[in-house]
This record gives sequence, C-alpha cells and structure tokens, in this order.
Amino acid sequence: MKPLYVRTGTAPICESMLCVLCSASHSAIRLRSTFVVTNLSLERVDAMERSLLRYIWSHTRRQQLWILLVVAASMVPYFLAFDLPKQIVNGPIQGNGFEATDARQPFFRIAYELPLIGHVELANGIDLDRPQTLMALSTVFLVLVLINGLFKFYINTYKGRLGERMLRRIRFELVDRVLRFPPKHFKRLKSAEIATMVKDEVEPLGGFTGDAFVLPALLGGQALTTLGFIFVQNVWLGTITAGIVTIQLSIIPRMRRRVLELGRLRQLTARELSGRVSEIVDGIGAVHSNDTSNLERADIAWRLGRIFSIRYDLYQWKFLVKFINNLFSQVTPFIFYAFGGYFVLLGKLDLGQLVAVIAAYKDLPSPLKDLIDWDQARQDVQLKYGSVCDQFSVEPLIAQSVHELASGPVALLETSVVVRNLTLVDDSGARLLDDVSTEIKPDETVALVGAAGSGAEAFAEALGRLIWPESGSMMIGDRNLLEIPESITGRRISYASGEPFLLHGSLMDNLLYGLKHAPQPNVAASDENPAELQRYAAEARKAGNVVFVPSGDWVDYQSVGANGPDDLLRKILPILDAVQISDDIFGLTLRSTLDAEVYPIISERIAELRLSLRKRLVEERLEDLLVPFDFDRYNIQASIGENLLFGTRSQRIVDDKDMVAHPYFQLLLETTGLDRGLYDMGLEIAETAVELFRDLAPQHSFFRRLTFMTAEEIPVYQATLSRCRGQHFEEVSSEDRASITVLSLSYIEPSHRFGLLSEALMERLVAARKLFHTDIPDDMASLIDRHDPERFTASATLLDNVLFGRVAHQVADAAEHIRTIMKELFSALGLYENALAIGLQFDVGAGGKRLALAQRQKLNLARALLKHSDFTILNRPLSALDQRIEEEITRCIIQQRSDMKRASAVLWVISDPHIARIFDRVLLFQRGSLIGSGDYLELSQSNAAFRELMELQSRRL
Amino acid sequence: MLSDEVKTLREVPIFASIEPAKLKLLAFACDRVTYRQGQDLCRQGDQGDAAYVLLSGAADVIVSSAAGDIRVAEVGPNAIVGEMSVLCNIPRTATVRATSKLEALRISKDHFLALTSEFPEVAAEIMRTLATRLSRTTAELANARLSPPTH
Repeated sequence: MKPLYVRTGTAPICESMLCVLCSASHSAIRLRSTFVVTNLSLERVDAMERSLLRYIWSHTRRQQLWILLVVAASMVPYFLAFDLPKQIVNGPIQGNGFEATDARQPFFRIAYELPLIGHVELANGIDLDRPQTLMALSTVFLVLVLINGLFKFYINTYKGRLGERMLRRIRFELVDRVLRFPPKHFKRLKSAEIATMVKDEVEPLGGFTGDAFVLPALLGGQALTTLGFIFVQNVWLGTITAGIVTIQLSIIPRMRRRVLELGRLRQLTARELSGRVSEIVDGIGAVHSNDTSNLERADIAWRLGRIFSIRYDLYQWKFLVKFINNLFSQVTPFIFYAFGGYFVLLGKLDLGQLVAVIAAYKDLPSPLKDLIDWDQARQDVQLKYGSVCDQFSVEPLIAQSVHELASGPVALLETSVVVRNLTLVDDSGARLLDDVSTEIKPDETVALVGAAGSGAEAFAEALGRLIWPESGSMMIGDRNLLEIPESITGRRISYASGEPFLLHGSLMDNLLYGLKHAPQPNVAASDENPAELQRYAAEARKAGNVVFVPSGDWVDYQSVGANGPDDLLRKILPILDAVQISDDIFGLTLRSTLDAEVYPIISERIAELRLSLRKRLVEERLEDLLVPFDFDRYNIQASIGENLLFGTRSQRIVDDKDMVAHPYFQLLLETTGLDRGLYDMGLEIAETAVELFRDLAPQHSFFRRLTFMTAEEIPVYQATLSRCRGQHFEEVSSEDRASITVLSLSYIEPSHRFGLLSEALMERLVAARKLFHTDIPDDMASLIDRHDPERFTASATLLDNVLFGRVAHQVADAAEHIRTIMKELFSALGLYENALAIGLQFDVGAGGKRLALAQRQKLNLARALLKHSDFTILNRPLSALDQRIEEEITRCIIQQRSDMKRASAVLWVISDPHIARIFDRVLLFQRGSLIGSGDYLELSQSNAAFRELMELQSRRL
Repeated sequence: MLSDEVKTLREVPIFASIEPAKLKLLAFACDRVTYRQGQDLCRQGDQGDAAYVLLSGAADVIVSSAAGDIRVAEVGPNAIVGEMSVLCNIPRTATVRATSKLEALRISKDHFLALTSEFPEVAAEIMRTLATRLSRTTAELANARLSPPTH
C-alpha cells in the first residue's frame, strides 16, 4: 500500500496507518426496510432504498459513529509515537539536556504554559539519568507501538464485522425477495443470473460499508488541514493550490463516470455470460441432439470478445484518468517552483515560507487521490447496488403476511372454492382461460378434461396459485384465495404437476419437503449447544435475518397422522403404494450395497432371508429362476471367471486382465491344464465375435450385447487372431495368450449361446476352484469376498446377497418375479419397512436427475398426497407413465380418498377422458372456456365435444 | 445355441432374405427367453420395448375391450409378435399370453429399428406382413358389419 502523509501539526502519518484507513475493498448495498423482529415473525416496508449511503447509514448509524470516535481516539497514541523518535535521538542519544556526566532529566513531566492561566504542572515526573531516560523512552515507544497495533486490530475487525453483517443482511433480503416474487416473474428470470447477483455482485458492498463514512471524514480532514497550512504560509499559493484541487476534484470524477459506465457494462455482460453457461449445462441434451455445439461455441466466443473489449476499454480509461490525475498533482509543484521562486526572487515571499509550502504540498495529493478513489468506489458500489435493486424491485411482491411462519395446527378449509369470472392471461397476453365461473364443493372429486392448452391446466395452476388471475376471483368462504397465508394454503391445499421439482437430497428429504412448514417447537435440538444457538440468533437479528435454524426437526408429523419419526414410515407407506413408487424404492434398496454395521438388522438375518427365498421359489415352482452358489457345483448362469473365483471382487478396480496376470492365478491354470482349455475357448469366442461384428459401425446398438469386447477392440482382436491362428499354444506370446484367455472368463453359456461349455469342462472348473481356495495367498484373498451362505457380503448389493446365486437368463420377466418375491420375503420376515427406509436414503441428485421422470412424477404426487389436504389439485401429474399404470394409480388414489374419514376435494386434470367416470363431476374445457360441467354419464350423453374427445382418445389406442 | 436359432430365424418370413451371417448377429443380439403357460409376453396398453419371435410353443393374442377379453388370434412357432408397437411407438394394442410352455427370441426396440434401417428387405417384408394383416382385418370388419349384431 502506498504511504499516506497527513499534515496535522507536524507529524506525518506513516504508511502503516493506511491499513486502517484503506482496508476496505470498496463496495456495498442496501434496502430500505425496517425489520421488526418479533419472536419469529417479520414485518417490513417493501420498497428498496435506492441510495446506498442512506441505506448503510440507516442500518449502521450507531456503529459508524462509534468507529469514527475510536479512529479519532487512536490518533492520540499515534502522533505521540511520531514525536518520540525525535526525543530519543535528540535527548539521551545525542545528549541534549545531558551535557553534564551525571545530569538528570525529569521523565513524564506534564507541564504546559497556557495563556491567561500561566504555568500549569499536572505531573512532576521522575528524575532519570541518561541511560535510564533512554530505556524509559524506548519502553514508552514500545508501549505506544503496542497500543497502536491493538487499535488497528480493533478497528479493522470492527469494520470487517460491520461489512459482513451488512452483506449478510443484503443477501438475505435479496433471497427473501426472490421468495416473494410473483410467480409470473420467474418466467423471465435466469436462475444463474440471480445467483450471481446474490453471490458475487453484492460482495463488494459489504467491504465498502466499513469505510462508507470513516474514510471520507478522515481523508477530508487531512486534506483540509494541509490546505489550511498552505493558506497560512501564503494566501496566493494557497489560492492557486485550492484552485487546482477544485479543478482536479471536479474533472476527475467526471472522467471516471465513463469508467463506471464501462464497469456496469462489464457486470451485465459477465452476468449474462454466467446465465448462458448455465443454460448450456442445463440444455446439454438439446445441444448434442441438434448439433449446435458450434453455435454455442460461437456465442460464448462472441460474448467473451465483448467482455474483452469492454475490459480493455476500461483499462485504457482507468489509466488515462490516472495519468491526468498525476499530471495535476505534478503541475502544482511546478507552479510553486516557477511562480513561488519568482516571488522569492522579487522578495515578495520569504524562502522559508516557500519551502514549508512545498513540503506541506507533498502531503496533499495522497489524501486527495484516496478521497477520489473512495468516491469512485462509492459510485461503483452505488451502481452495482442500483442495478441489483432494479432486478429485485418487482411489483407486486407477495405480501409479507402471506409468508408468516405458523407453527401450530392451522384451520381446515371446509367451505367451497367459488370461482367467479376467472380470466387468465399468459406472458404474451393470450387468454389461457376466459371468464370461467364454477364452484368446487369441499367433498367432491372433479375431473378436469380437455385437450392440451384447452384451459384445464391453466385452471389448475390458478387454483394452485401459480398463475395470478388477470380478472375474476377465487374465494374460499369470504377470503380471496390469493390472500390466504401460505401457512394455510401450503398445508390445506396441495398441488402437483407433471413437472416435478426435486431438491438435491435423499428421497426421504424430498418426500417430507411438503411437511416442513415450521420448526417443531417441542423438539429440543439435542445435539446443539444452546449457548451456540443463542449466539447464532443474536447475530442473525443484528443482520436482519430470521432466527430459526434449518437443522432442527421441521416435519409436521401430526398432519400425516404420525406421532413422531418412528411411526412416520408406516403412515406414509399406503401413499407410496398408491402411487406405485414403493416398488421403485424397494428396487433401490435391493441394488444398494449396505454397510453391514449400519444396518445390522438386515445383515444379521441374511442367512434366514436366503433360506426363505429358496423355500418360496420351491413353493411357487420357480426353482428354475435362480441357480444358487454351491461350492461343489458349476453355476451355469455365472461367468467362467465368477465360477473360478467363487466370490465377489471386493475391489471393483480389479478387472479380469489383472486377475489373469496374477502369478497365483497363472499357476492355477497351469497346474490344472485349464490354461490351454480356456485359451482355446477364448480363441473361438474371439473368432465368433470378430466374424459377427467386424462389418458393423462402432456406434451400432448391437455392440451393447458384446459384453466382453468393445467396438474399438474388434480390430485389435482381428490382428491378434491373425497372429495366433495355426500356432501352437506354446508358441503364442504370453501377452496374446492373456488377452485371448481373458475373453473366456466373461463367457456365460445361456446368455452368449456359442455352445462352448461341456460337462467335462465344468467339472474341471469346479476342481480348479477348490484348488484355488485351498491355499490362497493373502494378497489374492483380500481381493475376493468368498461366497459364504452364512455371511453377509459387504461388496455385493443387497439383492445379490439375498439371492446368493445367479438369476437364469432365459426365464422371461425374471427380474419382475424376483422383485415380487423379494417384497413378499421381506414383508414376511418383518423387514420390509427397514428395507424401504434404506432405499429412501437414496440421493436423487441435482434436480432429481438420478431418477427417471416417471419416478420423479410419482414422488412428486406422493409428496402432494402426504399432506392429507382439504383440496388436492393434480395437474396431469403422471404424464410420463404408461396409460394403464396412470389409470391404476388414479383409481387407487380416488379410492383411498373416499375411504378416508374426513371428506376432501380432489381436482384432477386427466389425460384420458375415460377415467373421468370415477370422479363425481367433470369440468370440460375447450379453447379456454368451460363448456360443460356435470357427471360423466350426463356429459357423455349430452355433450358432443366430450364424446368427440373420448373417441379421439380411443382411436389413439 | 446360436446356430439353432439361426435356423429358426430363417423360417420366419421377414428374416428369410437376410444372409445367415447377419442372422447369427441378430440372434446374438436377442435374448432367448422361456415363458410358462399363462405368462404374458406383453400386455395391452404398456409401452412396447421389444418384439418377439416364437421359437416353440403357442400363444393367444387377446384384446380387452368394454365387452370383455376377445381372443383375436393364435400364434405358433416362427411367428413374430409385438412388432407393431415397436415400429409405431404406440402402446401395445393387444396382450400376448403363452398357452403352453413357450420359447422366444426377444428383440429389443433399438435392435429391431436398427435392423429395419440396415436391411431394406426386412422393412419390405414387414410391410408385406402388416398389409396382409390389414387386408384380413378389413375383410373381417366388412363381415362384422354385414352380419347382424349379436349383443
């Protein structure tokens, strides 16, 4: 950092002081909002404060004044420390005042000659000799350095905290506003741009906060003092200096406006770039399928080029401004030397004065420059803040009262929803729904029928509050649906569409998301330290944040009818079954590898599970479905490699090639003579594979069947074969031998059907397996988890563990059979819920992408049903499913609802009008109008449009 | 074994014109599956993900309607079923149920489509089969319209 010299009195302020003054990385923000934090609720004025300084002042007034005071106080020891070196050198070292050998000087004597009062002596001090004075003064110097350091430490920390708190406040308010944006607004937003604004663009505003007022006060003071000193020396020179300073102060900021303008452009383009990059990532499928990757490259290159030219322009301006600023600073001394010198020659100015003025002027440019820098930083952050403000000033925001936190149970919605003259309009102004009036009773099931875009979906979205009406109203009792707090609608109304939103988390997290309305008051956060929590809450309040923490238990167990986490799963199971997702979840469980220690309940009973599986297969006459592992028999459904090893590889990295190369394995093959047998077999496999596949393009879908070779390896094997053909086994190089032999290891007769496996070979393989396991060396044993009927294999999936064998390739729908049997098996042993709980821990990935769309839709539907709400609005929730399954699920859900003790309304936008027969009433939409309302029979007789729609659907089948 | 399957495939009209080496490839690309009596090869309304060539045994083709289940055809060895929904990307139009122990080659949708694009003979033969089926259906429809309704 460059030194800053300030002339106040005589001592300069050294560069170390600058760290205090300029530590801010100039930046800032604010919203004019008054938070009144009362317990857990917030009230606030909505408009954003557009002036940054006013915003900072309104939130940190007291702290700013305090820090100003502290900085002023810190000046005292600071200047004392400056004067001290002179005293040390002049006094004890050079001997001023110690001319006599035993001369003594009073130390720490405080005495002043004051006008009118005369001599005042506050402290007499103590007499010390020369070395003693040296030591005493040096010690005082050390103490002052320490005090200065501590001051600096305190001031920097304080300003840092002030800035961080401000940053936290701003970010929170921005996200809070995002949560309250009207739904329509999101159609125009790019999430990455919003994220950039919240994360990066407001960041400098926090740093600026600490210096917002302290810095200009200090620097202004320094500059004025210097200027005053020059005036006192010579009025003319003072006037010239003041004139140049005025020009400097008025021109430089003007020039910098262009720099700021460019800065704003830079910010906008960078923001757009991040939006585009995220668009590419999200739409990567579309990019590949349309061969537009080069268009994207061109677009990115063009944007980067634009950013480059803006930034380059910015540099040119920045350094031009710097150049002119320096010029002004240097011109002034020129005037002093030229004109001041001239006055001295004329005798109008005395030389001492001129030297003093020049010396004083040396200290003026730095504070001025810093003041200008501060002003630029201010404008810069103001600009950033302003642009963020523009993005976040959206009208009308959802009223604060709508988002009020409510922890208790909420009132039921027991009256009809009355829709009057509802008109909905899309972004372009086209009418989605035109003047629709109807009433939905609190206990009826209503099917909304219509072709895509007929208005049925829009109607459902309006009731789900996702579109706000252009005109008309939706009333529940005497309240407007849009004004009812989300604490009621979010619990008593549920909505699910075919475009599910899933969070990055486990299945369970996503399922329970719909129940997490408020932290549960009675559940004590046991693992958290109450003092820590208190500290957190106090700090949150200071930054205008909410004080409740996400880590507590938020699940509203009562609404599902559960008493707590223990019986939760039992309560939600019927819903998982109804939407037919429990099978998917169970499948996830079966495919996962378990930590036996985490789930002892299953791993301990593995032998029992295996036994009952065998029994059940016999009972159902499905023995041919599974070939169990048996140490004394060859498993025809497993590969030759698996048969030899008789175990699961504990490390996935070990592939067949490494295995073949292992000396112990080599020895085994040699002693059993299998080396030749397997080589011959591999040769035949390679011949067949090359014959079948050599003419196919590498991307042909048939290659997926070729499990033991990749498309790229075909020519390699072709070459190997031409080398090996006609040669004796012994003549073939060991490398070729290995690459051929390895093919045989993945051979499975019923799957590949080359007809290469004879009874005799199988017997030899079993014999070799026994030999292999007799004195297996440790390093080999550590690679393999040997199949053990009594023990859980940690490296295998739960399914493989229970099967303890291989499923027959040729049995049709084997996987389905196995799944059904597994489910019965786990249920019979009382382990089904435990198993589901494992599957529910599956991580769904970003946006749920690790699940298929059909599974996401089912999960989303389950989440909506879980709430047992009074109004359930389902907007083609299962569009990705087979029609048959969709109908099954629909029936099941309507049935479950009518079995419930308390009546509730269901509005379902259905894709097949035939399903409408199970609903109480049908609303028929066409081109945005409601053209029919009545029960299914009535409509199918009297309404031509409905009949047409049904015929259309039948024809499609 | 592959070689046996190649023999069977050659008996199936739509594959008759493909050279044996390619048929072997096709056979390799298929799953050989067995069904028990009463088991469904495919179910009406499901998305079609595969076609089947029957190797042995027999199956009923059943269409369920409001009036109940109707058996519309019976198929035996060398017959191909389920190709329609794979070709047209529509849900299964009928259920195919094994009436005895049955063995079939299951050709997945991708492989089947790859086949039609690679061998124009196959595509032409499929067209012929479908056209024959359509003309039979048209005749049956005409018959049904002529005869008085029975329900």
